[in-house]
Amino acid sequence: MIKLNPKSSQKIVSFLLLLATIIAIIPVVIIIFIIIKNGYSAISWEFLTALPKDGMRSGGIFPAIVGTLSIVFSAILITLPIGVCAAIYLNEYAKDNLLTRIIKLTIVNLAGIPSVVYGLFGFGIFVMFLGFGVSIIAGAFTLSIMELPVIITTARGALNSVPQSFREASLALGVSRWQTIRHIVLPNALPGILTGAILSIARISGETAPILFTAAAFYVPHLPQSPFDQVMALPYHLYIISTQIPNMPKNIIFGTALVLLIMVLSMSIVAIIARIYFRNRRKW
Amino acid sequence: METKSIQNKMFVENLSCYFGNKCVLEKVNLTIQKNEILTIIGPSNSGKTSFLRTLNRMNDFNPNFSRTGNVLLDDENIFHMNMEKLRTRVGMLFAMPIPLPMTIYENIVYAPKRLRLTKREKKSDLDLLVEQALKDASLWDEVKDRLNSSAMKLSGGQQQRLCIARILAIDPEIILFDEPCSGLDPISTAKVEETMLVLKDKYTIVLVTNNVKQASRVGSRTAFFLMGHLIEIDATEKIFVSPKEKQTNDYITGRFG
Repeated sequence: MIKLNPKSSQKIVSFLLLLATIIAIIPVVIIIFIIIKNGYSAISWEFLTALPKDGMRSGGIFPAIVGTLSIVFSAILITLPIGVCAAIYLNEYAKDNLLTRIIKLTIVNLAGIPSVVYGLFGFGIFVMFLGFGVSIIAGAFTLSIMELPVIITTARGALNSVPQSFREASLALGVSRWQTIRHIVLPNALPGILTGAILSIARISGETAPILFTAAAFYVPHLPQSPFDQVMALPYHLYIISTQIPNMPKNIIFGTALVLLIMVLSMSIVAIIARIYFRNRRKW
Repeated sequence: METKSIQNKMFVENLSCYFGNKCVLEKVNLTIQKNEILTIIGPSNSGKTSFLRTLNRMNDFNPNFSRTGNVLLDDENIFHMNMEKLRTRVGMLFAMPIPLPMTIYENIVYAPKRLRLTKREKKSDLDLLVEQALKDASLWDEVKDRLNSSAMKLSGGQQQRLCIARILAIDPEIILFDEPCSGLDPISTAKVEETMLVLKDKYTIVLVTNNVKQASRVGSRTAFFLMGHLIEIDATEKIFVSPKEKQTNDYITGRFG
């Protein structure tokens, strides 16, 4: 081994660490660069607001945007209340026994199940068994089940970040446990819960596999009329136009990817801004 | 001289407390008299805080906690009482000031609103309640112009007196003080002690303290705990001038602990 003096080893280590960081962000930068370079020419008001034309080779992607938004927001409406309630139960009420620990472990592991498995599950339960058919509602339920563990975990983190002493102070005044949760714990955990929810929306917007069998259609020439309609969805639409349709103009493919990317990124940015806003307002 | 006859407020009978298998209090018997300040002294691990937290059942939240023996509050067994009801009668002040993350005003009305102590939630009723509680906690003059600013912005001593005011707003019968001055400077400590001496006329106070001098300054009676045992309880002057037990003497003269 070569013995280095502390000063040069310090330099080498910090260079290596910097190099790893640069390597980590290079792919992201390249992806964004390529998508913008190839896709920006497709973006126009018509592209965002018109129906596809000419076997999807021209026209717009409006139905896919509407479809994705309707599935994703229905999913979050289903998953948020259930997830927050479950998190409150696990964090504030459940006794620390074997059953609780098993439940917590299960939730953590549910987050690791491949999304295509959720897709198949949703197909079996919602599309077939409950007879929703391939529809917004079946896709929303499938996505909400997939996102439930994530929502529960972030909500529990938010609840945990409220200092235990606040609960004690409230309980010591004779205030009941539920009132303490309702008036002290939840208001202070809400920012964290909301930021988690926004990030969840961003995450499930890009999911393809769970909606593949449950909600997404190859081509629907109109906007959805009811929750039981099939819809086009951005990620699935992207898959179709890039693999299934010959002579597809390249800029439409990348333009669609760019729209999806902007949707997801803007939601992440909203989450970041919300977090900064709430952090500055936090009183402890 | 006062001629008020001594009334007992709380009876502690054969109280033993455990965390898991560890016994932290063993067969404690004592009475708490109405309108006294009972100070409890003892080194750390003597069980004094566990004792205090048993009196309003704050220990019940710890799943490892168990106890035998009884505590009577006006002849009623506290372990058979509704927990929330008990805590409105036996308030507790913690070692560190814990203002809730809201305004000074909201801190005071928080519990009365939840407990529906005021008949109607009329603004004027609540205003009166806030003023009275803050005056009784000797904080009114310092905060009356900024009731709507965050309680987190007060100094440590002010926060602790705000916490006292918060307890006074639910008008308990007994107030438990758990080392309330351990994080405060001497001037803030003096103010909290003054407040306690004033409150004694209306309330019964139990004060756990690590500060032996504080116990001698404010106590009517003093109890000395050691390793989970009640060693001695007597009038404060007696404990400090002529304690019966050698261990008590050693502790108050600073020979250990």
